Amino acid sequence: MVASKFGDFTGLLDFLKEPAAAAQEFFLLTGRALRNVVRAPHYADDIVLQMDTIGVGSLVVVVFVGFFAGVVMALQMSKALSSYGQVGRTGMIVAITLVRELGPVLTALMMAGRNASGIASELGSMKVTEQIDAMRALGTDPIQKLVTPRLEATCIMLPPLTVIADFVGLFGGWLIAESYLGLSTRQYWDTAWQALGWMDVAEGLIKPFVFAFAIALIGCFYGLRASGGTQGVGKATTNAMVAATVLIFVLDVMLTKLFV
Amino acid sequence: MSDEPILRFENVTVRFNDVEALSSLSFQAVAGESRVILGAAGSGKTILLKTALGLIKPDSGRVFAFGKEIGALPERDLFQVRSRIGMLFQESALFDSLTIEENVAYVLENQKSISCPPAQIYPRVAETLEFVELGGTQEKFPSELSGGMRRRAAIARAAVTEPPLMLYDSPTAGLDPITAHTIIALLIKERDVKRCTTLVVTYRYQDGNLIANFRYNPKQGNLEPAFNGTGRARTTFMVLREGRLVFEGDQDRLEASTDPYITKFFKQRE
Ligand SMILES: Nc1ncnc2c1ncn2[C@@H]1O[C@H](COP(=O)(O)OP(=O)(O)O)[C@@H](O)[C@H]1O
Ligand SMILES: [Mg+2]
Repeated sequence: MVASKFGDFTGLLDFLKEPAAAAQEFFLLTGRALRNVVRAPHYADDIVLQMDTIGVGSLVVVVFVGFFAGVVMALQMSKALSSYGQVGRTGMIVAITLVRELGPVLTALMMAGRNASGIASELGSMKVTEQIDAMRALGTDPIQKLVTPRLEATCIMLPPLTVIADFVGLFGGWLIAESYLGLSTRQYWDTAWQALGWMDVAEGLIKPFVFAFAIALIGCFYGLRASGGTQGVGKATTNAMVAATVLIFVLDVMLTKLFV
Repeated sequence: MSDEPILRFENVTVRFNDVEALSSLSFQAVAGESRVILGAAGSGKTILLKTALGLIKPDSGRVFAFGKEIGALPERDLFQVRSRIGMLFQESALFDSLTIEENVAYVLENQKSISCPPAQIYPRVAETLEFVELGGTQEKFPSELSGGMRRRAAIARAAVTEPPLMLYDSPTAGLDPITAHTIIALLIKERDVKRCTTLVVTYRYQDGNLIANFRYNPKQGNLEPAFNGTGRARTTFMVLREGRLVFEGDQDRLEASTDPYITKFFKQRE
């Protein structure tokens, strides 16, 4: 009775203990990584190196995804708009969906697939081969040397990459509008431009900045927790990608709710 | 003065979930002595060294290094203590993204409590690599070296600051017998030339036997037997079993033991 109720309750607590401890560890890591942004020593070389691998390295895939997103949006929307006789507004719809939603989310998902997992596997291999311990033994804080530069590099690179994806997407939409929907170039770009307000631009820039935190910190978190040889690294890599993807969607809903 | 303990464990317990990796372990290492720590796989040897370095905090008990209690220090203050301890990790743990030269230079460039003028960093690195007989590998990456050479490079990285305490985690694991012998010879050379207190974790009794009974001859550059008396370095053996210290004493007492777990180590010699 009382005892069994109590037993169930502690069973539930045990079940929640692990995720709760993990969440606590994640916030601790976040706090330390942020504190190091303003604390010496700063590893400028590492930031530049990470900006190159994370940012420049993602450029091609981001351009592709942005382009096809724009093309598909233009095709889909023109169909829907034609039933109201409003095909002329295709540029406007493409611009708004891309800048507010698709550009940030698709770019972030690409980065989650490419970089959250990349960071997790890199730090994970360092963890299981004791390189992280060696770093501490040789006088460096792994959070300062590894996590903070990756966080800063991702936060610096994701917003401009998103802007590039937006523009390439608009360009893709324009190709469809011009060649397939019979809209003039002028009409497409004018409606696209006029559709965008300051709030849309703000939403389109704040989202990638927030997503960057999720991508970099989740990647580092799973990497630094890896244990148990190469198998553990594989698990950390997969977990980081899945967790970053889910977190991006959750954050997207929360941020979108703020702006609508 | 020379009997001042450099490293002291007082009832140190380290737990992982329900497993006790170290159970109420106590010992002390005095300046100039060598300690050989024997134990089966999983007996807590690595955890012992990492606890000595402050990489793992004890769940209970106290750890002192150079007279400072390190269990109580925050990470930032630990860096200074660690700068006086060199550690060879089990699989070398060289940074794979850095060259050998950059690996050895890492501590000189990053450890704040070591003030090495930038112009002296690379000459010092070259000198240390020469000491471990790895001259000419500066530009190579760890993946381009053999297991034995990686071990040497990792010893160079640990020893470049000439720390008074050196910790070696299974320095011969995974090496063929000849390479293993040269690594132990290097370890003895480091001990006798730099006069550092040395803790060696191993499951090979031959390693302990060499460390206890041989010394480095600087004139000929090789090992020679160190006979009882003046020349013999003080060597203490410790045997760990499932996190417990089951033996502590010199080689003669170790070989007189009748405990099957302990005799297993020196019986494997022949
Ligand atoms: N990170 C960890 N998490 C859980 N258990 C661990 C961890 N590290 C070591 N252990 C356990 O502690 C014990 C001692 O490990 P270790 O010191 O690595 O052994 P060895 O003597 O082979 O070096 C083992 O039983 C091991 O399973
Ligand atoms: Mg070990």
